[in-house]
Amino acid sequence: MDEDATKDRTHLGAIAPGERCTVARVGCDGCLGQRLGDLGLVPGEEVMVVRNAPLRDPIEIKVSGFLVSLRRCEASLVEVVAR
Amino acid sequence: MSRRILAALAGQPNCGKSTVFNMLTGARQHVANFPGVTVEKKSGHFKLGGRTCELVDLPGAYSISSYSPEERVTRDFLLFDHPRVVVNVIDASNLRRHLCLTVELLELESNVVVHCNMMDVATRRGQVLDADILSQRLGVPVSTGIGRTGQGREQLAAVMTTAMDQPAKEEAFRVDYGPLEPHIKAVEDVLAEGGDLGAPRRWLAVRLLENDEGARQFVAEVFFDPVRLSRLVAEHQEAFRESAGETVAAFAALARRRLARSLAQAATVKSAGPEKTRTDAIDDLVCHKYLGPLVLIGVLFILYQVSIVWGYKLTNYTWPLLAGLKTFVAGFLPPAGMLEDPMLRSLGLWFMDSVNSLLNYIPIFFLLFFCVAFLEDTGYMPRMAFILDRLFRSYGLHGQSTLPMVLAGVYLGGCCVPGVMACKAIPDDKSRLATILIIPLMNCLAKVPLYILLVGAFFPGDASAAMFFISTVTLFMALPIARLLSSTLLSSLDSAPFIMEMPPYHLPTLRNLFTRAIEKVALFVQKIITVVAAVAIIIFVLLQFPGISREHKAAYQARLDASRSQLDAAVAGSRFQAVLAGDGLLGFLRYEEAYKAARAGVEDAAAAKAIDTRFREENPDYFAILKPRADAVAKAALAGVKAFAQSRDSISIEMRRERLETSFLGILGRALEPVTQFAGFNWRVNAGLLSAFAAKESAVATMGAIYKLEAGGTDNQSLEASMRQGEADFTPLHALALMLFMALYPPCMATSMMIKVQTGQAKWMVLAILYPMVLGIIVASAVFTGGRLLGLDGNTAMWSFYGLAVAATIVAGLIPHRTPVTLPVTAVAGEEAAQNA
Ligand SMILES: Nc1nc2c(ncn2[C@@H]2O[C@H](COP(=O)(O)OP(=O)(O)OP(=O)(O)O)[C@@H](O)[C@H]2O)c(=O)[nH]1
Repeated sequence: MDEDATKDRTHLGAIAPGERCTVARVGCDGCLGQRLGDLGLVPGEEVMVVRNAPLRDPIEIKVSGFLVSLRRCEASLVEVVAR
Repeated sequence: MSRRILAALAGQPNCGKSTVFNMLTGARQHVANFPGVTVEKKSGHFKLGGRTCELVDLPGAYSISSYSPEERVTRDFLLFDHPRVVVNVIDASNLRRHLCLTVELLELESNVVVHCNMMDVATRRGQVLDADILSQRLGVPVSTGIGRTGQGREQLAAVMTTAMDQPAKEEAFRVDYGPLEPHIKAVEDVLAEGGDLGAPRRWLAVRLLENDEGARQFVAEVFFDPVRLSRLVAEHQEAFRESAGETVAAFAALARRRLARSLAQAATVKSAGPEKTRTDAIDDLVCHKYLGPLVLIGVLFILYQVSIVWGYKLTNYTWPLLAGLKTFVAGFLPPAGMLEDPMLRSLGLWFMDSVNSLLNYIPIFFLLFFCVAFLEDTGYMPRMAFILDRLFRSYGLHGQSTLPMVLAGVYLGGCCVPGVMACKAIPDDKSRLATILIIPLMNCLAKVPLYILLVGAFFPGDASAAMFFISTVTLFMALPIARLLSSTLLSSLDSAPFIMEMPPYHLPTLRNLFTRAIEKVALFVQKIITVVAAVAIIIFVLLQFPGISREHKAAYQARLDASRSQLDAAVAGSRFQAVLAGDGLLGFLRYEEAYKAARAGVEDAAAAKAIDTRFREENPDYFAILKPRADAVAKAALAGVKAFAQSRDSISIEMRRERLETSFLGILGRALEPVTQFAGFNWRVNAGLLSAFAAKESAVATMGAIYKLEAGGTDNQSLEASMRQGEADFTPLHALALMLFMALYPPCMATSMMIKVQTGQAKWMVLAILYPMVLGIIVASAVFTGGRLLGLDGNTAMWSFYGLAVAATIVAGLIPHRTPVTLPVTAVAGEEAAQNA
C-alpha cells in the first residue's frame, strides 16, 4: 500500500454530501456486514453521499443508482477511498 | 391430475412481489402467519395450464441467510415445503442487487423461473436489458412484465407451466468459489456419508463454512455425526482464513455478489444514464433539511385528518347499522322483565354493546389502513424514518416509530390497535418493543370522553389549556419511559443496524391499496372480536354478581307490589281492570315502548297516522289507554300506569345501584380505596376505571351510571353537573390526578391482544398491562398527594407537572446510550497504516 492510498482511505461517515468514493472494505461481519453487502456496499463499488438527514444523522447514499440510508455509526464501519 | 401444485414467489423487498402476486391470483387470497413467527404468510390460488396452482407469497428477503425472520422463513419454506416452482421476482431497473438473491435461490437448487418486474421503470430510466442472455447465463426461463398494469401475466404463466413439468436439471447452477472450492469439496465429501439430507449438499457445505446458524441447526438434526462435521468445518474455516486473509463468510458473499454483478452486466444492453431520476427530484424536496420536516408534518396531518377526523364522521353513518344489528339480535332474546331483565337478555345486550363499540371503529380503521398502505407503497415511510431517526434514537426508538405513534394518537384521538400493528415495520427488535410498549400511553379516541368530562367539570375556565396539557404531556411521559425501558428491561434484546433501502417512489394501484386495507381490517375482526367478546362476558359477571340478596330482592318486590296495588285500585271496576291485570300491565309497558320506538323521528303526519293505525289494530285496548283523548276512564288508567312506571324506574335504579355496589367490581373498587386514596380516587372512580379495561369508553359510562344514580336518577342533568354534584369534595387536583392516570391507563383488551399477536409472546402483553398501572398510580398519587402537601391548586400542579415531564424528556434525550462495541474502521485502518509505516 503506498502512501497516497493510505492517506485517502477514510470511512464513509467522513465523506461530505455530494462527494463520491469507492468502497474498499466492509469492516464488520455477521448481520451488519451482511446487510451492508445486501444493499450494495461491496468492495469496488462506487458510492455517492447524497445528503445528511435534517438532524445530520443518518446519511443517504447512492449505490449503483439506488438510494440507501444508514446511520453514521454504521457508515463509519465502511472503509472507503475518497475520490 | 387434480392435485394442487405448490408454487412460491420470492424476491427482495420492494421488487413488486405483492403486485405480481395480486396479478396472478386475483382476489382469492388468504393471509395467515408462518408457524411460530409473526411474519405474514399470504397464499392464493389460480388456474395454471388446467391445474390449480397454490401460490405462496414469501416475505421480501435480501438474501437467504439466517439473520432475519424473513430470511429464515424463506429458507425454511424452500427447504421443507418443496414448492414445484419458485418465481423469483426481480426489479428490472436494479438487476445487480436483485440478482444476488437469484444466485442464492439457484444454489438452493430450487426450480426457479425469473420474472423481471418494473420493466416500465427500467425503460423510463433508459435501461435496456436482454432477457434471453439472462436466461442463458442463469440456465432458467426468464419472463418480463409490468406488475402495475398486469402486463406480462400470460408470459409468466406460460413460463411457469413449462417449468413445472421440467425434470430436475442434471447440472446444477454453480457459483465458482475459487480458492474456497477444495474446502467445499472436503465438507461435501463428509456430508455425502449421510446420504440424502433433504437439502443440496453443496449449498449446505458452503453455508456451514460460512458459519450460517440455520445450516448448522439443519445438519445437527439430519446428519448422523454433527460433532465430527463441525470439527471438520472449523478446521477448514481456519485454514481458509489463514491462506486468504478473510473469513469464509465475507469471501463467499463477495463471490456471489461479484457473480451477480457480472450477470447483470452481461444482461444489460444499455445502462441508465447519470441524469437525475424522478425519485432524486422528489427526495430533494422530501428529505430537504428544512422543507423535509415540514412535508412530514403535512403528511401526518393529512393522515390524521382523513382517517381519524373523517373516519369518525363516517361512524355517524355506520352506527345506525350497528344499532340496528343490536335491535335485531335483541328480537331473539327473551323480552324485558318488569323489574329486572332476564339474565340472558342483559347478557346478550351487554355482549352486543361491547362488540359494537369495537365494530364501530371499522370505518376509521379502514381509512387508516388505506392511508398507511398508500404511504408504504409510495415509498414514503423510509423517508419519514430518515428524517426522524436521530430524534427518536435518543429515546431508544426508531425512525419508523413515528407512524405507530401518530396512529395511536400523539396528539388527541387515535387508536392503539393500528398503532401496534404498524410497529411491524420497525426492523429492530429492541426499538420495536419499546415502541409497542409506549403505544398505549398515546391518547386514543376512547380516552377523550373522560378528558372532556373532567376538563368540562373541573377546569371550565381554561378548558382549552387543560386539553392542550393532557394531549401533549403524554408524549413527554412516553419518551422518557421508552428511554428507561430500552436501557433496562429491553437492554438485552438485539438491536439491528439501521440500514434501509430508500426505494424509488411508485404510484400505488388502487387495487393494491384496497386489498391491503381489507386484509388488515379482516385481521382485526378475526383476532380481536372473539377475545373482546370473551372479556365482555367476564366483565359482565364482575358487574352482575354476586347480585342482590334474596331478602333485599323481596323488599324491592314488596315496594313494587305496593305501587301495583295503587294502580289496581285506580282502575278497579273500569273496563281496563281486566286489560291491565296479571301480565297485561307488562304487556302494556312493552307496547308503549314499542310505540315510542316506532314513532321516534317520524315527522310525516301520514306516516304517523299509519303507525297509529297499525298499533290500534294490534291491540285496541292498549291503544285506548295510550291515547285516551277525551275518555276520562282511560285517562285515569294512563295516569295510574304512569305513576306505577315511575316508581318502578326508581326501584330498578336503586337495585342497579345496589347490585353495582355489592358486585365484584364494586367490592374490588372499595378494596382498592386504601391504595388509590393517595391519588384521590374513591370506590366509584375505581369501579369506573376497572370497567375501562374492556374498553375505555366504559369508564365514563360506568361513572356516569353511578353518578346519575347518586344524583337521584334525573336524566336531564348533564354528566358534568351530576359528577360535580356526586363528588362534592372533588377538586381540580382530583381531576388532574384522574386524567393523568387515564393517560397512563393500561391498553384496552383489543390492544393487549394485538400486542400479543405482534410480539408473539404473552409476557410482553402482561408487561404492557402492568407497568402503566403501576406507573399511573405512582404518578397520580405523586401529583395528588404532592400537590395537596404543597398546597398547589389544580392549575399550578398541572403546569408544574408539565415542566417536570418536559425536563425529564430533555434529560433522557441527552443521556448517552451504551452502544454495542463495534470497532470503527478508522481504527483498523490506522493500525494498518502504522504497520505499513
Ligand atoms: N412502475 C411500476 N411500479 C410497480 C410495478 N410493480 C409494482 N409496482 C409498485 O411498486 C410498489 C411496491 O410494490 P409491492 O408489490 O408492494 O412490493 P413488494 O415487493 O411486495 O414489497 P414488500 O411488501 O416490501 O416486500 C407499489 O407501489 C407498486 O404499485 C411495476 O411493474 N412498475
